[in-house]
Amino acid sequence: MSVALPDAEKVYTDLCARLKQAVTAETVMIGIQTGGAWVAERLHRDLGIATPLGTLNISFYRDDYSSSGLHSNVRPSQIPFDVSGKRILLVDDVLYTGRTVRGAMNELFDYGRPDTIELVVLVDRGERQLPICAQFIGATVSVPKGAKLDLRRDDAGRLSLHLEEK
Amino acid sequence: MRNPQLNEKGELQHLLNVEGLPREHLVRILDTAASFVGVTEREVKKVPLLRGKSVFNLFFEPSTRTRTTFEIAAKRLSADVINLNISTSSQSKGETLLDTIDNLAAMHADMFVVRHAASGAAHLIARHVAPHHHVINAGDGRHAHPTQGLLDAYTIRHYKQDFTRLSVAIVGDILHSRVARSLIHALNILGTPDVRAIAPQTLLPTGVEQLGVKVFHDMNAGLRDVDVVVMLRLQNERMRGPLLPSAQEFFKCYGLTAEKLTLAKPDAIVMHPGPMNRGVEIDSSVADGGQAVILPQVTFGIAVRMAVMSILGGGSAGRSEE
Repeated sequence: MSVALPDAEKVYTDLCARLKQAVTAETVMIGIQTGGAWVAERLHRDLGIATPLGTLNISFYRDDYSSSGLHSNVRPSQIPFDVSGKRILLVDDVLYTGRTVRGAMNELFDYGRPDTIELVVLVDRGERQLPICAQFIGATVSVPKGAKLDLRRDDAGRLSLHLEEK
Repeated sequence: MRNPQLNEKGELQHLLNVEGLPREHLVRILDTAASFVGVTEREVKKVPLLRGKSVFNLFFEPSTRTRTTFEIAAKRLSADVINLNISTSSQSKGETLLDTIDNLAAMHADMFVVRHAASGAAHLIARHVAPHHHVINAGDGRHAHPTQGLLDAYTIRHYKQDFTRLSVAIVGDILHSRVARSLIHALNILGTPDVRAIAPQTLLPTGVEQLGVKVFHDMNAGLRDVDVVVMLRLQNERMRGPLLPSAQEFFKCYGLTAEKLTLAKPDAIVMHPGPMNRGVEIDSSVADGGQAVILPQVTFGIAVRMAVMSILGGGSAGRSEE
């Protein structure tokens, strides 16, 4: 069975256009590594957000640590501003079970107490296991249960979606 | 024979020794530690990885710094920490080492951090415990002190980046130093081309050259153009018989002074695993000077121990939890 995946570049353009109205001078942005950080890098630039971009690596907050161990690719989280009282746009590439977002929120609260956190995702593939929803969604896709949906970035910086069926 | 530090899937199960530690594991520990340095600078200096796990600090030999940094590391990973000063407890009542371990395992310990005066004590415990227990060697006799070797390597990488271009001099009581052994192995694994041991013949282990180091008895010759100077503590408590004329004599020949330090590269860093004997192996002006990175070593030590504990403590499909 082959699934028609949307063009990630087109989805990005739509998402960016919709976010333009939501961004204010107080908005700060944080991308979840690695795919979410790629999307956030572009949005941060295209939306002209003044405060430097933050990135989160949630390896220390994953809920599968005691079954799967520490992720071997741990790059430091970098939040170059005080999150307390901020209006945060949290960016990820694919919203799936909701566990990554839960980990990211747990980590964010160890930096301080944000005013609001809104979730921005490039694509939502459904199948949530936690009561988490996104406020800004580029596209909704339907993929087979258990398949791996990945965002990739080529050397020119172009984004594309890829499906690995089990 | 399988590497006693790895499980059947090649994952790190115990940290006993830097010698024989595959390079990818060593580099992974250093990389992970870099992420933990950031955690210790945050408002909440804790991550939840070892929540609900119990770490037992078993110190059969006195230690303040190492025990404290292991305790802080475990607490920053949200583990429960139990400190046992065994020398004043069960052992004096005649309990064997492995009986002590079995009793603690029955109290649902997950990780043992072990310091012991006998070389090989941590290995013995690692061979004895069930697969879901982890053992970290926090110093065994003259043999190894792997987390110190790793934090020294981390410190060198932090300041000097590329090991493949470095000259590193280790100075002083190498004979009694498990720190020196662990660091030499780490430097070899990371591809350091020039590792020097500077010491009098009486404070060098026999066959030290086989570890891949160049031996110097003349400190001035040994320090020339090095990037890193690692000073070691004169371990009076481990010395049997007269290995040295006197501490003053030792300082004259092998103590690091500002004048001798000028022989090293101008940007050379000075390290010391602590505790320092000022005026015995290192002059106060150097210990407190701009090239010393002795206190950052302590800070990095916490991050390195967090990295080791978090890599060991996580599950894997082949490593059953109970």
